[in-house]
Amino acid sequence: MSPSALLQVQDMRLGLADGTALVDGVSWSLAAGQTLAVVGESGSGKSLSAMALMGLLPPAVRWLGGQAHFEGQALRDLSERDYRQIQGRRIGMIFQEPMTSLNPVMRIGDQLVEVLRCHLPLSARAARDRAVELLASVQIPQPEQRISHYPHQMSGGQRQRVMIAMALACDPALLLADEPTTALDVTVQADILQLLREQQQRRALGVLLITHDLGVVSQVADHVVVMYAGQVMEQGPVAQVLSQPAHPYTQGLLRARPSGKLARSERLHEIAGMVAAPTRERLGCPFAARCASALPQCAREQPPVVRPAPERLAACWLVSQGAAP
Amino acid sequence: MTMNTLPRRLLSSLTFVVGTGLLLAMLVMALLGPWLYPQGPWTVAGAPMTWPGADAALPLGTDALGRDILAGLLHGARVSLLIGAAATAVALCVGIVVGTLTGYFGGWVDDLLMRLTDAVQTVPPFLLAIVVVLIVNPSVASIVGAIALISWPTVARLVRAEFMRLREADFVSACRLMGMRPARIIFVQMLPNAIPPIVVSSSIMVASAILIESGLAFLGLGDPNVISWGTMVGLGRSDLRAGWYLVVIPGLAIMLSVLALNLLGDGLNDALNTRLSP
Amino acid sequence: MTMAAALEAQDLRFAYPGTEGRLAVDGVSLHIAPGQTLGLVGESGCGKSTVARLACGLLAPSQGQVRVSGLDASVRSRAHRLPLARAVQMVFQDPYGSLNPRQRIGAQLAEALRLHGPEGASLAAQVGQWLERVGLQPGVAGRYPHELSGGQRQRVAIARAVAVQPRLLVCDEPVSALDVSVQAQILNLLRDLQASLGLACLFISHDLRVVRYMAERIAVMQHGRIVELADTDRLWSAPEHPYTRQLLASLPPDL
Repeated sequence: MSPSALLQVQDMRLGLADGTALVDGVSWSLAAGQTLAVVGESGSGKSLSAMALMGLLPPAVRWLGGQAHFEGQALRDLSERDYRQIQGRRIGMIFQEPMTSLNPVMRIGDQLVEVLRCHLPLSARAARDRAVELLASVQIPQPEQRISHYPHQMSGGQRQRVMIAMALACDPALLLADEPTTALDVTVQADILQLLREQQQRRALGVLLITHDLGVVSQVADHVVVMYAGQVMEQGPVAQVLSQPAHPYTQGLLRARPSGKLARSERLHEIAGMVAAPTRERLGCPFAARCASALPQCAREQPPVVRPAPERLAACWLVSQGAAP
Repeated sequence: MTMNTLPRRLLSSLTFVVGTGLLLAMLVMALLGPWLYPQGPWTVAGAPMTWPGADAALPLGTDALGRDILAGLLHGARVSLLIGAAATAVALCVGIVVGTLTGYFGGWVDDLLMRLTDAVQTVPPFLLAIVVVLIVNPSVASIVGAIALISWPTVARLVRAEFMRLREADFVSACRLMGMRPARIIFVQMLPNAIPPIVVSSSIMVASAILIESGLAFLGLGDPNVISWGTMVGLGRSDLRAGWYLVVIPGLAIMLSVLALNLLGDGLNDALNTRLSP
Repeated sequence: MTMAAALEAQDLRFAYPGTEGRLAVDGVSLHIAPGQTLGLVGESGCGKSTVARLACGLLAPSQGQVRVSGLDASVRSRAHRLPLARAVQMVFQDPYGSLNPRQRIGAQLAEALRLHGPEGASLAAQVGQWLERVGLQPGVAGRYPHELSGGQRQRVAIARAVAVQPRLLVCDEPVSALDVSVQAQILNLLRDLQASLGLACLFISHDLRVVRYMAERIAVMQHGRIVELADTDRLWSAPEHPYTRQLLASLPPDL
């Protein structure tokens, strides 16, 4: 385990009581001041792995194997009580839907004060002042007045800013963002992503970003982990992975987006088929059935994890043979 | 998960199984009544005020006039369950019709019928039932009618709420766009989706119908020609000191049947409502 | 004789009840010739979904008129119902809400085919043919919507809409709720069907790139109004309105 890692996941396996794995052997690490993006579509297990780190797994899902460490502390068997020390205080979390993450019947200021006083020994007055400061730091105009507004009086973008303020209220070391811009308009997305970047630099935060959008990844992330059906297909520095993807799945994802470079008369590159339901046994590479470059052994044997470049990893038979897919 | 797993889900729910079991026991009692006691519950079978267990031929004892308690219990089961089921059925019919019309059409139809529903609901239900039964003279039919009268507004509101929600659903818009007749949209597309909440609450409605019928019979407003559990409780009231079993036994029967129906409703709720919501 | 426009809307105005007359659509005019695709872009709240519903006749405009293939879209008398259905159909955004959860897939398609399919042909055979046409196995007909994935449900919704063989297909964010790998499949499918059936299309999305790919002309909406309407290539290379420029500038860079 690397000593400087803020958050480290080792061979994480999550699944149901009968042994069906929903997240199957995921490993990555995040250093302070870095942004790691976990990218995947439905069924990839990306959100579930984030929930496991926060201690928020649904009742039916449990750890089947592996471990995770945050600031050196093992997370897997942490009690609820110990988790409460971390949630909000050392790890802040923001979700996709700002309207349902904020209490609609409480004023913004009251919600911020509640988070502050829950974790920090502040008086009501001090907490209120701190709340105003926080709103200002996320660029909400006229924070002194906004503090007594209700969530419905603010736009989606502003509510997300409030969410970010709440997540950062107690100066956490790690920020976990689950699809933070998916529900926002494109013009607002850019602003929110920039805000995240600024906060990260100012506070030397580690940021774990869960998303399905490769465009978002390219804008804010340093490293990316590409997941499919509960397993890691490829990971590495964003610039390298997105410009020269090694794994056929990553390539397919990149090509499937209607980019400005594609002529309108051409067909979009499809990835045929759809995500298979999770099964009890692991049979080879989960992407094999949909992969245009699949080799005979792909469906039978688990692909090895290889290094196409010093900081990159890919789980693929094709890549292991040195052939370009 | 397909529709075929519904029976499996129901059977795996303990509340459903216990509720159904109890209810079946009640039904068996009701069926056994005329067969075991063809002479009916009103005939004198033994010495008055015999305690349960004192006489082997009278397992639950007799009342102040010497009538067999067990005979009364079994015959009473028929009456109570029948009235409960019939009243609920009528309430469902009226309620579904009103709810469908108001939920789908809205506008003045909604306003008119909802004011009518409000009017009925403003009067305390049990009092309204008493008044109706008094006016029309107590009989099984009038009691069924009175209970149905106080129960249909709840059904109407449930159905109306579901229809109002479904009216905005995309699949209903798609049916309108394809040129489907409104009648077909209502009955084939929307109604099957509006039913699940009613299935659950109808079980509860039968339970409260039984309670209301018992209350009416207790007050002496039951059909004088039949005996129900409520009648037995009412008759035993004056002899409570001497023989509390006169009240407790039929009271237990009422309680168990209400419990059975509530458990049944809970079990149905668990099985139905987690599945197919759009 | 020239064929009537697939969609002709003049100066539409619409306010939702209970909003104190605030116009969700404020003077929108659109024209789509047969076989053409018009893209409609804008952010949330701009009124594009309202325009979609006005175009289908699901909502009646407070002012202005919508004509699809010459028919007034908001008139839903018994005589008008079927001809209107053949003039315009819609594919909705949410694949989970656009199918009846309690009816089998085949039965839902059969409803449309019963009303509009050729006389005498077996319903079951037609259902099978349309399922294959949208890339699904005929066996899907016996399943319920909750047994299908989002992409599969959207294919069924598309089959239901195009089985009527409408002259205009309104697509309201048809791929926004789908995974990226599935989006490409559905967009390709829509283009194929459009080409083979000669459908005109009103394609609505918040995603400029998707609209650019699907439409020959694009209308940009903001606050209930169309701020710019131009051929796709011209809009992309030389946008005129500041809002259009802002939208283009906010796009993440091409990868």
